Amino acid sequence: MRPFEGVNVLDFTWVGVGPLTVNYLNYYGPTTIKVESSQRPDPHRFTSPFKGGVIGPETSYYFNHAHPTKCLDITLNMNHPKAREIAKRLVAWADIVAESFTPGTMEKWGLDYENLKEIKPDIIMLRTCMQGQTGPSAKQPGLGLVLVALSGYVEIMGWPDRPPCGFSSAFTDFIAPLFNAVSVMAALDYRRRTGKGMCLDISQHEAVLHCIGPLILDSVVNRREPTRSGNRLPNAAPHGMYRCKGEDRWCAIAVFTDEEWKSFCRVVGTPAWTKDPKFQTLLGRKQNEDELDGFVEEWTRERSPEEVMPSMQAAGVGAGVAENVKDMNEDPQLKHYRLFQALEHPYFGNEPYYFPPGFTLSKAPYERARPPLLGEYNEYVYTKLLGIPDEEFVQLMKEGVFD
Amino acid sequence: MLSPYRILDLTNERGFICGKVLADLGADVIKIEKPGGDPARSIGPFYHDIPDPEKSLYWFAFNTNKRGITLDIDTVDGKEIFKRLTKNSDIVIESFDPGVMDRLGLGYSALSQVNPRVIVTSITGFGQTGPYKHYKAPDIVVWALSGNAYVTGDPDRAPVMSSFPFSYIVGGALQAAVGTMVALHHRERTGEGQHVDASAQLSLSWPVSAEPYAMWIEEGTIMKRQGRIWKRPQVLAGKKTFWVATPMVYQCKDGDINFVIMAGLGYGMSTNALSKWVESEGMASETTKGIDWCKMEWSQVNQEMVDGVVKDFSRFFMAHTKAELLEGASKRGIMLYPVLRPKDIRELNQLKSRDYWVKVDHPELETSITYHGPFLKTTESFDTVCRRAPLIGEHNEEIYLRELGLSKEELLTLKQMNVI
Repeated sequence: MRPFEGVNVLDFTWVGVGPLTVNYLNYYGPTTIKVESSQRPDPHRFTSPFKGGVIGPETSYYFNHAHPTKCLDITLNMNHPKAREIAKRLVAWADIVAESFTPGTMEKWGLDYENLKEIKPDIIMLRTCMQGQTGPSAKQPGLGLVLVALSGYVEIMGWPDRPPCGFSSAFTDFIAPLFNAVSVMAALDYRRRTGKGMCLDISQHEAVLHCIGPLILDSVVNRREPTRSGNRLPNAAPHGMYRCKGEDRWCAIAVFTDEEWKSFCRVVGTPAWTKDPKFQTLLGRKQNEDELDGFVEEWTRERSPEEVMPSMQAAGVGAGVAENVKDMNEDPQLKHYRLFQALEHPYFGNEPYYFPPGFTLSKAPYERARPPLLGEYNEYVYTKLLGIPDEEFVQLMKEGVFD
Repeated sequence: MLSPYRILDLTNERGFICGKVLADLGADVIKIEKPGGDPARSIGPFYHDIPDPEKSLYWFAFNTNKRGITLDIDTVDGKEIFKRLTKNSDIVIESFDPGVMDRLGLGYSALSQVNPRVIVTSITGFGQTGPYKHYKAPDIVVWALSGNAYVTGDPDRAPVMSSFPFSYIVGGALQAAVGTMVALHHRERTGEGQHVDASAQLSLSWPVSAEPYAMWIEEGTIMKRQGRIWKRPQVLAGKKTFWVATPMVYQCKDGDINFVIMAGLGYGMSTNALSKWVESEGMASETTKGIDWCKMEWSQVNQEMVDGVVKDFSRFFMAHTKAELLEGASKRGIMLYPVLRPKDIRELNQLKSRDYWVKVDHPELETSITYHGPFLKTTESFDTVCRRAPLIGEHNEEIYLRELGLSKEELLTLKQMNVI
């Protein structure tokens, strides 16, 4: 029996954090209904770039990236009063209801926690949004692309002589789901033991602040604020990304201990500068770090990162190619863990980029699936799962309930 | 929520947050340190900048709500005691290099003999198997090999990682907590424990996000870092792909803010609302006034339009402070947040109004310290008291004498042998 087999999930979430949370359940066998509406589809479905440049609900790469797991997609037009009645029947079916709207949306539909509880007393409701369900900024919309700023992450990304450079993606969208997933799984376990459901209000902002806890405490206790240091750390040198042979090729090298320094010197062939007394101690290397980095780069620049990494690693020095997407495709370690799995998709063909969880369980394999098409399971969910008679189903469809 | 479960936490700084998250949810997490204290206690910053194993703020931040004991699992007696603890535990979390636990005789196969229901969670840079498993994996190496470095940083400089190393924290360790919970559900259904193998590299490949893959599949393009600019591709059938650059980080009167021009269903309202605000202060050009961002998809946006609007927005931001922009954005439904430092975050009304901050007693320091509070709020009332991280060996007697049943004499002997 799979870890979440028999668990029913009613998933109203969209865009990044919600789907990326529910995935962690979906990898392991629940029945999940993803509720959309053709009037109001998951905005990710219309986020470019699109397969072959064809704009449409089934061709967004962003939507695919966020949906590598099995779910039953339905469309339900929540602005229709009859749709809200059907939603309530789905709530009665569900063990978990997840939503990631701007606060107030579920209330508008009569689907706040109090209502859900009346329908299903032991329901678990997961509510994830930028800044939580309450408070003066609860209703401010946002995206992970900008939440990184509010969370202190942008401030510490970049070079000391420049303003912060920020992130290339909605970075917190990949962290907040982990807090959500742990919490909802804990709530499910709690319910199994006690019979009690609950509502979880998880502010993405409040969650991701935990990852920079020491910086917060440093501010509270010592009134010190973090600064940007590029790739440098106080306790390592050399420590950075070094230019290698080729166009925009780089390799990370990290030397923390005396032993690593000795090994590093051997790998670079012990040229004269490695014997310079000022580089023999960490403090000396830190004091002369610009000069040191110059020497390191003189050596790396003559070599490809694919040469630098294994020669350093073989000597026990931390090193890693700054991989671009082509390198990631060829990375033997990522291949070993099957980062990229190809699955057939009616619009993408044999699309090769469906991601796994970041962990592997020895006895509970995960399962990937291509993303669902909009409303793909309407008939199954409404007629089979809810048992709506065929004639009524057709009638409701005509009335636009399933738009 | 997780109060019936006992967790033995052998991790170093690469794994602290895994046990912390589970401890925050109520699990009884016992942090096991070497006699004399965990080496991570030497990681700064420190309380009042005094380097002392009992004053590491790094330790404080990631070990709240755990209990702490000392035990040297390199010794025969230490291993034996660890096995006895495992017998009555549900989960063991560790972040040694692959193979270390096996060499100690405490790998999953050995521990599962002692307790078939035990879940062993391992957190490493690259996972327990595969060609890189023995590679050294400091944060910067994981950041590089996960694909994040290449797309992060200013285009004229080297790829960059965050100045606070967090590859394991945001990647492997939190994913490990999720994996542990899945394994717990598996166990409730099957009765069997298992080994959870979390990889920081695999975890961190997620935030590279969709666009680089898309452009690689579509046309073999390798996307590069663009600093504060987002160069968004427009792929249109039958047309040559072109790129429209829009800033993600802007300068304002007293710092920086994050805002992205977004178009289309579900995103465009935010851009429209900012345009309106700019217009209301007389700073909008005809270009800005004339665009309804809800009515178009990104593929219909051109650089000229974006540049015109960015010019207005940039001028507007420079006329306002971070606080003004946040307040106005919050009121108007604009997806804009200022680039904050911890002290600014501490001042946010939103967090104050949600009682986010909690005072944690540190009697040994004769003070209490304000911490970031629980990461969730629930309708079920749980004991959400935040307990400070354990002192070295703080719960030795409680656990060894009262819970494990060692005698006082045995404990004394083990202490003298430096096992505890």
